[in-house]
Amino acid sequence: MTTYYSEEHEWITVEGDTATIGITAHAAQQLGDIVFVDQKEDGDEFESGDEIGVIESVKAASEIFAPVDGEIIEANELLQSNPAALNENPEADAWIYKIKLSDPSQLEGLMDLAGYKTFIA
Amino acid sequence: MSDTPKRTALYDLHCALGGKMVDFAGWEMPVQYPVGIMGEHQHCRNKAALFDVSHMGQVLLHGPNAAEKLEALVPAALSTLPEGKARYTFFTNETGGIIDDLIVSNAGDYLFLVVNASMRAQDIPHMKAHLKDIEVTEIFNRSLIAVQGPSAQDVVARHCPQVAELNFMQTCEALIDDTLCRISRLGYTGEDGYEISIPEADAERITRLMLDHPDCAPAGLGARDSLRLEAGLCLYGNDITPETSPIEAGLSWAIQKRRRKQGGFPGAARIMAELEHGAARKLVGIMPQGRAPARAGVEIHDLNGNAIGEITSGGFSPTVQRPVAMGYVQADHSTPGQELHLIIRGKPQPAKVCALPFVPQNYKR
Repeated sequence: MTTYYSEEHEWITVEGDTATIGITAHAAQQLGDIVFVDQKEDGDEFESGDEIGVIESVKAASEIFAPVDGEIIEANELLQSNPAALNENPEADAWIYKIKLSDPSQLEGLMDLAGYKTFIA
Repeated sequence: MSDTPKRTALYDLHCALGGKMVDFAGWEMPVQYPVGIMGEHQHCRNKAALFDVSHMGQVLLHGPNAAEKLEALVPAALSTLPEGKARYTFFTNETGGIIDDLIVSNAGDYLFLVVNASMRAQDIPHMKAHLKDIEVTEIFNRSLIAVQGPSAQDVVARHCPQVAELNFMQTCEALIDDTLCRISRLGYTGEDGYEISIPEADAERITRLMLDHPDCAPAGLGARDSLRLEAGLCLYGNDITPETSPIEAGLSWAIQKRRRKQGGFPGAARIMAELEHGAARKLVGIMPQGRAPARAGVEIHDLNGNAIGEITSGGFSPTVQRPVAMGYVQADHSTPGQELHLIIRGKPQPAKVCALPFVPQNYKR
C-alpha cells in the first residue's frame, strides 16, 4: 500500500487498481467544524479535476476535486451520520470514497508524504 | 478594496490569542480563534464571548435638534428618544430600500451612532450632506468591543458595577479600570450583553481584563455571523439591501407609530403603502429538512418548480444542530409551515418556512 497526496489536500492510498481517498488532517483543520458532506453515488465516473463532492463547514462550502480519473465503488456512510468524524480522523476512519483507478500512471503526478509536508510548510 | 487592510487597536492581541486573520470590509479581523466557530458560538450561548467590533463606524452628531433632523434620513422616532436610550434604525433611499442599518443612542448633549464598517464611507457624507447645522464627527481613536452571553453582566460588572442597572437598549458612560467608556446594553447575538466604546490606548488593557474572567472567551467574525443568524438578525448587504424595504425585511417594528403616520423619511411612499397593504415578498426563516446547509444565493422554488425567491443568509446552527437560513419568498408562501424546495447544487431539497428567531432571544428587559 502506498499513499499519495494532491495539491488539493487529498490523500489517496492505493492497493492494486483500487484506492481509498480522503482529505488530509491539514485540510480538515483549515476547513474548521465540518457539518455536512455531499457525496457522489457508487458507480459515478469522474476525471481528474472533476468535482466529486462538497464539504460544508460552519462557515463555508468547499468542493472535493478528483486527484485522478476513476469510478466510485463506495462512499463512506460514516460521513452522513457523523460528518464531524472528518475533523477527528480524516486520514483513517473518515475516508470519503473507495474508487477504481482508470489510469494508475496518473499517481506519478502526485506527491509522497515528504513532498506534501514541504508543500504545506 | 485594494488598500492594505486596516488594523484595529486589538490586532496584536488577536494574533497572540491565535486568531485566524482575514480581510473583512477593508479590515484585518479574526474570523476565528483556535477553539473554532462552533466552540466560540456555544461559549457565547452558554457563558460569554468577547468580539472586537472596532471596524464598525462610531459617529457623533452635535448640534441643535440633531435627533429631529436625523429623522429626515431614517424612519425611527428619535426626537422622543430619552437620554440614555438606544434605538435600532436604518437609512432608507428614495425607493424605500435600506442603505445601511445602525444604532442611534441619545447621549444627552449629542447622539452616538454605530454604523456598519462597509458603509462608513457612504454614511458619513450622506449625513453631512443632509443634516444642516449638525456637526458629524467620525471617531477614529476609539475601539469597540462586544461582550455577549448570559455571563456578560458578571464579566463587565466585576469592573463596573453600575452596568448591572442597565436594561436592554440603555446606554451610559462609566469608568472601567479608571478609563471612561461608553457602555450600551445591546448586541448582535440574541444574547444579553454589552458593547463598550473604549479609547484606543486603553482598549487592549480593558479587553484583557474582560478575558481574565473565567467565563469570558474571545470569538471571531465566524461565530458573530452564526449567532446573529440564529437570532434572526439581518445582515446588511445580505438580508437588507438598497432593493429591500424594511417591511419586506420584517422590520416594521422599528418604525414607531408617529413616523408611520407622518412619514417624512426617504422612500416613505413605498414604505407607508407596504405598511398598509402588505409587501409582495417577505423575509422568512427557512429550515432545510435535510442536512445540507443552504447558503446565500440559493434559489427557492415552490413545490411545482416555480422560482419564488432566494436565500440571503444561511448556514449551520450550532445551537439547534441543523441547517438554518433566511430568505425572501413571495408573500403567499411566507406562512410558517409552508413547504418549499431549495435548489442546492442543482437539486431540489425540501425545506419549510419557520418563525424567526431560531433560538429565543435572551435580553434583559
